[in-house]
Amino acid sequence: MFCMLPAYSPTSTCINVTQNGWFFPLDARTLVLHDRHLTFGLNMASCHAPQASFFPQISPPFSADTSSSPIVSCRFPCRYASLQVSSPSSGTFVPRAEEKTKTERNIFACAATASRLVAEKPAPTKKKTTITKEEGLVLYEDMVLGRSFEDMCAQMYYRGKMFGFVHLYNGQEAVSTGFIKCLKEGDFVCSTYRDHVHALSKGVPARSVMSELFGKATGVCRGQGGSMHMFSKEHGVLGGFAFIGEGIPVATGAAFKSKYEKEVLKNDKVDAVSVAFFGDGTCNNGQFFECLNMAALWKLPIIFVVENNLWAIGMSHIRATSDPNIWKKGPAFGIPGVHVDGMDVLKVREVAIEAIARARRGDGPTLVECETYRFRGHSLADPDELRKPAEKAHYAARDPILALKKYLLQHNLADENELKSIQTRIDEVLEDAVDFAEASPLPPRSQLLENVFADPKGFGIGPDGRYRCEDPSFTAGTAQV
Amino acid sequence: MLPVHSHLTCHIWQDVICTLKIKLARISSQMQSPSSLRSFCAAAKEMTVRDALNSAIDEEMSADSKVYLMGEEVGEYQGAYKISKGLLQKFGPDRVLDTPITEAGFTGIGVGSAFYGLKPIVEFMTFNFAMQAIDHIINSAAKTNYMSAGQISVPIVFRGPNGAAAGVAAQHSQCFAAWYGSCPGLKVLSPYSAEDARGLLKAAIRDPDPVVFLENEILYGEAFPVSAEVLDPSFVLPIGKAKIEREGTDVTVTAFSKMVGYALKAAEILEKEGINVEVINLRSIRPLDRATINQSVRKTNRLVTVEEGWPQHGIGAEICTSVVEESFDYLDAPVERITGADVPMPYAANLERMAVPQIEDIVRAVKRACSRSARGK
Repeated sequence: MFCMLPAYSPTSTCINVTQNGWFFPLDARTLVLHDRHLTFGLNMASCHAPQASFFPQISPPFSADTSSSPIVSCRFPCRYASLQVSSPSSGTFVPRAEEKTKTERNIFACAATASRLVAEKPAPTKKKTTITKEEGLVLYEDMVLGRSFEDMCAQMYYRGKMFGFVHLYNGQEAVSTGFIKCLKEGDFVCSTYRDHVHALSKGVPARSVMSELFGKATGVCRGQGGSMHMFSKEHGVLGGFAFIGEGIPVATGAAFKSKYEKEVLKNDKVDAVSVAFFGDGTCNNGQFFECLNMAALWKLPIIFVVENNLWAIGMSHIRATSDPNIWKKGPAFGIPGVHVDGMDVLKVREVAIEAIARARRGDGPTLVECETYRFRGHSLADPDELRKPAEKAHYAARDPILALKKYLLQHNLADENELKSIQTRIDEVLEDAVDFAEASPLPPRSQLLENVFADPKGFGIGPDGRYRCEDPSFTAGTAQV
Repeated sequence: MLPVHSHLTCHIWQDVICTLKIKLARISSQMQSPSSLRSFCAAAKEMTVRDALNSAIDEEMSADSKVYLMGEEVGEYQGAYKISKGLLQKFGPDRVLDTPITEAGFTGIGVGSAFYGLKPIVEFMTFNFAMQAIDHIINSAAKTNYMSAGQISVPIVFRGPNGAAAGVAAQHSQCFAAWYGSCPGLKVLSPYSAEDARGLLKAAIRDPDPVVFLENEILYGEAFPVSAEVLDPSFVLPIGKAKIEREGTDVTVTAFSKMVGYALKAAEILEKEGINVEVINLRSIRPLDRATINQSVRKTNRLVTVEEGWPQHGIGAEICTSVVEESFDYLDAPVERITGADVPMPYAANLERMAVPQIEDIVRAVKRACSRSARGK
């Protein structure tokens, strides 16, 4: 891809980079505006990519009296863009552009040279990540809770207290914590079968989740749902689904409800957003694409969070997906697609804050791909034979909890003792949760037929002509048809 | 044993094999346990249902290069339940395809390839996930031969575990026999033993129509004695014929899949109380072997149907109607229907036990059908 540029004109020169004849010239966003300096307008409207993901670099930095020509390069995260280069000063300016495409990520660099112009390295538009001590400790505690809870689950499973399918979240804590800790009460979270930690981060007590896993009547779903089906109306946890992709339309529906309440029911106080968590395997499923389309079409307040841990049971993401860059699927539907390091809770948090703010403002959905990894197998029944030890070691070294610990200590936001006391406190919470779950009763026989319907008249009329549910002994037996 | 060499001649020998089997079953039913069966049979080997399915797919893929296997984790993972173990290594990635998690898509692709003469075996990790593909199973596969007036047949097999496992909760535990069994154009099979698994799966793969093959996860690891003819590569069982697993005179109990095992155990308990139970292993949900069931009820005069699925519009409902329509005068007692509870499967272990039929439930229902009395011979 190479395009020839027109000669310099006093006002502006548009470098139009095209591929296959497609061209998107739309609103310019000026990044740098200095007197007698080069102005860069980046036309990215077709991609709506946040400015933070690109900005022009001028290298080497130079002063007005040098005769060397600086190279201005911009890296665009989407395939199609045009770079508008203009200068308020007169002088010879012959822009030249050449584009390189990298097959891996389809990022191309567009370089323009300018002579006899003073330019300064533009101030970075990305602000430095800062968190307060309190925020840092909240994040740390939440991640430690998630990790310790899942480790306890594994122990309890092998002791026979838990059964069925149990899918653990070890290694992915940064994604759950990074997003859910930026939400407020009234916001919704929807997940997959790997949902224990999402429920915990959202505020469901560890006792309730542990009891549910033990199948006890005190569980968050009274023992009726189990590991894969955590629901909490109080905390806005919408499940817990066995089928991948099932949670995405449900989360999109919750976002639709927020919008409906605001616009149809005229309830201005509502600004709830919805976050859908799902994996890389789900991103090949039809429901994913259907919901991206509708959420974009109706500008729903939802954030689609992909926990790309590279594996769907034993199927590698690369083997299953024609284009493994999931973030790119957002711009195909007109929504921003962002890729973030999911092993770094601070980076996830930064993206989360922006995406959630975007949704709350009414600007619509965002697709966030978090590169993460699960340290354990797909479930406790998975022998996990296909993943290479080198890959596991690579990600184990990027353990999000250790990374945050290092950050907190390095920036003097906490000391070892504080962090240790957090761990101790969490251990106590879990011991209490296990004891509570152990001591809790099994669901009584009468519970078998409860909650099938919201209106139990759904069980119909009995032989005596009355509704079956009106018979006080109805739930004591098994259902009669 | 039998000089069977090709697919064609196996059809001729089918009846012979069946007759021999019925005779063998009659003899063996007089003995109460598989171990005594082993001592009776000259060549009795044991085979798990898993190995039976694996060997059936292996042999059919070797015999016909148009047969291929497609599904999630069937290749490199060796099968989510290890049914397709070794097949990728033997047949290569062109015939054993690992798919992305897109049931609707890959099922549709399988059906489309069957339109053009290939013979896909589509594996669903469980039949619950097939709900995402049910549009293709019903609309593209079952109805096409009819809509095209016979021009396009769909020789496809949809297989996978069906029904409840252990503690896998509501979305993983549904039994789909009744749903698929009501659809014209589909054949629906549900094996119990290793012999059933081998014979029925081979028949399904060779069949020119779409077959829904409902296995059971709990049965995969269970071993059954198999005779030499079962191990023969051209062994097939006829579609649409039930098997009398245990002969009896007092009451007929019909069951399929895992419930056959429960019914047999219940029969042993009841034998001690003087009730002689005839257990019918349905094998084929659609077409249902109404003749065998009715013949049995005309002999015993009482019927108890057992299934794991939900009661309303279930398999038992259909069997009961068939018997009332055809053998009403022979019934000495109302038909008893034992099914799963009319609730989504709960997770809690004790609730789950209450939601699926147990051996005690079958015993109780049989006693009720026999008016709580043991009948003399």
